[in-house]
Amino acid sequence: MMKNADFDLVVIGGGPAALTAGLYAARAMLNVLLVEKAAPGGQVNTTDWIENYPGFPQGLSGADLIQNITQQAKRFDVNIEINEVISIDCSENIKKVRLADRTITTHTIIIATGASPRKLGIPGEDRFYGKGVSFCATCDGPFYKDRVVAAVGGGNTALQESLFLTKFARKVYLIHRRSELRATKILQERAFANDRIEIIWDSVATSINGGLTNIENITIKNVKTGDTKDLVVDGCFIWVGIHPNTKFLGGWVELDESGFVIVDSNMETSLPGVFAAGDVRNTPLRQIATAVGDAAIAAFSAENYIANIK
Amino acid sequence: MAANIVEIGDDSFDTEVLQVDKPVVVDFWAPWCGPCRAIGPLMEEIAVTFNDKVKFTKCNVDGNPATPGKYGIRSIPTLMFFKQGNVVDQVIGIVPKTKLEEIINKML
Repeated sequence: MMKNADFDLVVIGGGPAALTAGLYAARAMLNVLLVEKAAPGGQVNTTDWIENYPGFPQGLSGADLIQNITQQAKRFDVNIEINEVISIDCSENIKKVRLADRTITTHTIIIATGASPRKLGIPGEDRFYGKGVSFCATCDGPFYKDRVVAAVGGGNTALQESLFLTKFARKVYLIHRRSELRATKILQERAFANDRIEIIWDSVATSINGGLTNIENITIKNVKTGDTKDLVVDGCFIWVGIHPNTKFLGGWVELDESGFVIVDSNMETSLPGVFAAGDVRNTPLRQIATAVGDAAIAAFSAENYIANIK
Repeated sequence: MAANIVEIGDDSFDTEVLQVDKPVVVDFWAPWCGPCRAIGPLMEEIAVTFNDKVKFTKCNVDGNPATPGKYGIRSIPTLMFFKQGNVVDQVIGIVPKTKLEEIINKML
């Protein structure tokens, strides 16, 4: 006979993986609580346009997709609480989740806390955050109408968002540390064809410089020749990857060398009854499509775990 | 209880924010900004909690360029916290509810 816990499942996070896990768990009649620290959506909120998520032939905005998934989850009475998970305690079979104002107990946990944009870690980056340094084109692009901006990176996000910036900025310098881009081919072709984008190859940004309230230029260094120069820009957008949001885990589950949660094919972590889905887990591809697939498996696995202990 | 969040603009900023005795929160946002839309429900929740003690406002930067310009705002959502006309704190982007509550409690 199973001991009582407040919940069958606590889902931590609020992006596509978390909401999908909540949806599947609710339909499996689990007593589920989803805890999100600020607002549903996660990184998808900052995505201006999504055209590779199946079922939307014209594409849709990240904000609209999140609104749809949230509505769908709520239709099945997924309880979404805005609160912060401070830590978890998995010393017993019934796990404790410490929130900002109380501690709750649960049989299973799905970690779906996603990832945050990585910073460059160069002088000026923190000082000019919100004053020219940005990680979100859909938020801040329109502030740069007819201006010149730099974008640092070379992956899908960097290209997708740089293309979006060209709707406003008259010039986007794309600064990339290698001599070829990592982004998917269709985005590369669009970037090469866009005369507002100039790619500066083999180069890294080494400092962001300006006055009291705004950026004046950024210093870039060619990694092959060692030459440095100052590039006059009004803004600097940074898309150089992500780091997983795992601080609250406190060593309870195994992480890989980059800090992502290690799971098996059932999305179970090193700790029985604790699962992970989406960008926070070790995976070769981080997309909305992969996050929701992970989440369906994780919820199914949580359901099986609970069935076995009941 | 429905949250009372006052729409303000360049014309009303002085009277609705700077000249108000109570602490005031200003949410600089725009309809095209995904994260701004995302924090809407969060702001309403917090506004309900602090309804009596703090005035909550939102300023659409589209059509109201002077105020964000004056405060050097280049990223939204930006939340600014005013006390007797002075800026006491400022946060950019989506921040946890607990952090916002902490800032507001400090302002009271």
